[in-house]
Amino acid sequence: MTRFRLSLGTPVATEPRLAERPFNLLCLSMAFVLAMHATHLPWWFTATLGATLAWRWWHRSHGGRPVSMWIKLPIVGLLLAAVIATYGTLFGREPGSAFAAGLLVLKTLETEHRRDARVGVAFGGFALMSALLFNQSMIVTVIVALGLAPALATLRAIEEITPPRDAWRAELGPVLIMLAASIPLAAFAFFFIPRLESPLWGAPNPGKAVTGLSNTMSPGEMSELLVDDTPALRVSFDGPVPTGEDRYFRAYTMLHFDGRQWSQGFRGYPPSDGTTNGRQRFRYHVTMEPTQQRILPMLDMPSAAPVDATLQYDRTALANQRVQSTKTYDASASVDYQLDTGLNPALRRGALQLPAAVGPRARAMAEGWAVQYGHDAEAIARAALAMFRDGGFRYTLAPAPLGADRIDDFLFGTREGFCEYYASSFTFLMRAAGVPARVVTGYQGGYWNALGSYLLVRRADAHAWAEVWISGRGWVRFDPTGAVRPERVSLGAASAAAADWDTPFFSGRWIRSLQDHWDVVNQWWNQAVNGFDALRQRGMLQPFGIRRVDVGDLAVILAVGCSLLVAAALGWALFQRREGDALDTWMHRLQRKLAKAGVTRRTGEGPRHFMARAARSLPAHRNALERLSELYLRSRYAHDEPPPELVKQFQKGVREFRARGMVK
Amino acid sequence: MEGAAPRMLAWAERRLPALTRLRPREALPIVLHRRRIYIVPTAFGLGFALLLAVMLVGALNYANNAALMLTCLLGATTAGSMLVAFRVLNGLAIGTLRAGTARASERIPVSLDLSASQRERSAVRMDIADREFAVTVPAGGHATIEFELHAERRGWLPLPRMRIHTRWPLGLFRAWSWIHPDAAVLVYPMPEALGPSPFEPQGDADRGRPRAGDELASLRDYRPGDPRRHIAWKLSARHHGLLVKDMEQPAPKEDWRLDWDSVRGLDDESRIARLARWIDEARESGRRWSLRLPDAYFDVAQGDEHYHRCMTALALRP
Repeated sequence: MTRFRLSLGTPVATEPRLAERPFNLLCLSMAFVLAMHATHLPWWFTATLGATLAWRWWHRSHGGRPVSMWIKLPIVGLLLAAVIATYGTLFGREPGSAFAAGLLVLKTLETEHRRDARVGVAFGGFALMSALLFNQSMIVTVIVALGLAPALATLRAIEEITPPRDAWRAELGPVLIMLAASIPLAAFAFFFIPRLESPLWGAPNPGKAVTGLSNTMSPGEMSELLVDDTPALRVSFDGPVPTGEDRYFRAYTMLHFDGRQWSQGFRGYPPSDGTTNGRQRFRYHVTMEPTQQRILPMLDMPSAAPVDATLQYDRTALANQRVQSTKTYDASASVDYQLDTGLNPALRRGALQLPAAVGPRARAMAEGWAVQYGHDAEAIARAALAMFRDGGFRYTLAPAPLGADRIDDFLFGTREGFCEYYASSFTFLMRAAGVPARVVTGYQGGYWNALGSYLLVRRADAHAWAEVWISGRGWVRFDPTGAVRPERVSLGAASAAAADWDTPFFSGRWIRSLQDHWDVVNQWWNQAVNGFDALRQRGMLQPFGIRRVDVGDLAVILAVGCSLLVAAALGWALFQRREGDALDTWMHRLQRKLAKAGVTRRTGEGPRHFMARAARSLPAHRNALERLSELYLRSRYAHDEPPPELVKQFQKGVREFRARGMVK
Repeated sequence: MEGAAPRMLAWAERRLPALTRLRPREALPIVLHRRRIYIVPTAFGLGFALLLAVMLVGALNYANNAALMLTCLLGATTAGSMLVAFRVLNGLAIGTLRAGTARASERIPVSLDLSASQRERSAVRMDIADREFAVTVPAGGHATIEFELHAERRGWLPLPRMRIHTRWPLGLFRAWSWIHPDAAVLVYPMPEALGPSPFEPQGDADRGRPRAGDELASLRDYRPGDPRRHIAWKLSARHHGLLVKDMEQPAPKEDWRLDWDSVRGLDDESRIARLARWIDEARESGRRWSLRLPDAYFDVAQGDEHYHRCMTALALRP
């Protein structure tokens, strides 16, 4: 009696050692995962892990023994210590991914057997996914998805086949085909997996501050922002598009100045009374990149808040929740407006606040203007702008550092800087002259993408300007930077700074057009993929007459659809070509033709007899049939395998054979 | 405790053939059909499914559509790998058994051909007699699995039930099928270790029959009348005269007439063992022999065919 094993496990008692090929592929996958995380890991961390991985690869491929536990344990401890020393904690997005990447690389140290490699691949897939927590742009997603190829190829190589294949292409190619073949099912599942309305647990908390507008401003702070080409907003307009001078997107207003830094100050003023003139209104639609903040930049001057946001006293819009993923909102703006014509006394006091003992020379100058122009706010502002324009001021993104008194040092010393410097000192001068003023930050300008018909506002378009309260007109926007360098307003920060050196190559039209296309693709990705949330998912089936679907419906659709797709694939899996060779196939065809003409092959009738009978019944085709019979017999019985050229002749004969209807 | 599970399985297979999918023996070749191929996830596959679930929940929780897409892609590939595993086995033909010869208590080499008409089948594994064999069956060709079976007793040794399976391509699913071929290999009887020589042949009808010798005994000078083909031309060229190869005519060995009835005082198995030893000895010493069994007679002859015929008859003695 033969004994059967109950378990389905491998009968081999000792787990076989991992061969070289799968180990190499494993190292490749690990290197890929590490590269995907390299952008947010400290460089020395990435370098150390990369070196460890490379050493281990060299070590094992030169017949190295398993690494001793006495080496591995301290290294794991070291990793733990390094992560905690760098981030201060082990939990959270950054430290978590650093720890995961470290463990993954260390896993190769003890990878000796198939099981280790499998665990490594599984964990690697997880680490690969976590790279998408940092950046989910299209290019990164595609690269990360390609990272699945070496990981799956590792699994495939573990199932070693005999004889082993030599070429690397033979390992990666079929895996890529597998991945490509699974795209339909993956896409279907992606669209129909029910999304969560609210997270089950806390959303990822970014450890590092996101570069972007902040609710404080001190001169020099934005310089990091002004070279960041990352998109911030994409704005499409219904109807007219504002020209460069009207493209001011307000985010924060700042009332309080402590000598170094502007901040929002007291926020509890009563709402502004504003009238907006209907002469020119812009209706627009914004797609906003996540900022982790609540503020929504609005085109000057909003008349109403977008849905799920509220207008503050200063007409800035605050969303009800922090913007953690791509957000879209609709709004309208009016260029002609009157805001706070009757200024609230408390707000007036706030807008005149000045820190003591800052900028004595600036104060003296401003007080001189006040006397000179008879406290006419507009004339004082023009005087200040004229001073910026004609007083030897220079626009640069890399200004000289300022001394202790930032106002006086800038106005009478360095005289170089960018928007923050000008907005800050202009507002200071206005207040010193007794005119209420405030600093406003936001975005100005933007790049018109003609291909996609939308305005692309980058972080580099961050800008600061001032608003001055003028009796009878309310808050009026003044942009002192424009006085120094008008190109800043019409062209943008980077081009204003770079206007001195002309680079025809980089500003060439072809590269501009390439950027346009690329941004349209990114825009599409953001809207179609990253912005595909529970709300959009429920609206997805509206074209099919289903007004609202709930989670249960989605689950049913998901199950049914996936079953159908799998069934289709199963059909492919079950499909088997009918047994038999080409000669048989063509003989069958000839028999069908002859059967139509009235000669049916009888059971047990040999080919020679059948063909002879057919030739007798169809004398008109006697020659053709005799030739076919001869060909068939020769290819079938004179050789072990039917020779291809004979089969081809037979095939040609059968195809040309036309049996005319017979009178029986 | 060790033997409990196989015993229970054996009981279940007797009582519940529908459940255990125990099939009666089938004639070779066996072509695997979809209705006899089963698929389950491996332990690694289960772990991988858990990982996918964690990835899915994580991606949904963080509303990270890129991660969700990656999870879906990985999941779909996993599902696809199941079908690929199935396709490895579907339509595979197991046929053409070849067996070597062995005596009882020896290991008998057996080879089995796996063939596939259309596609290449990668990493096909067979579990036979507690060992695993892995082959790749080329498209339109065949692969051979060579294994050894332990032959305990003489006679027909039926092939054990074998499992043909694969974890191709990713090791996440195992597709398998049991095959129970209706085929057996023949095991010759074990010759006894020591024993008397067979009796001397009776009668000498064959003795002194001239036999063609072909062993070179010596060289001598040519004498007229020697056949030309015996002249050693090459050696003669270095000598003063012609040399002739003198062929020895070995004395013919006596034929052995082996008879079942002549072995007395022994039980059947011992008789068989003794006859087997004699046949072995006769073959080794180049003798001719005949064998008489109660129900068969093999006339005096020699050579492999004669040997196998005699041994088969002995092996199959009831």
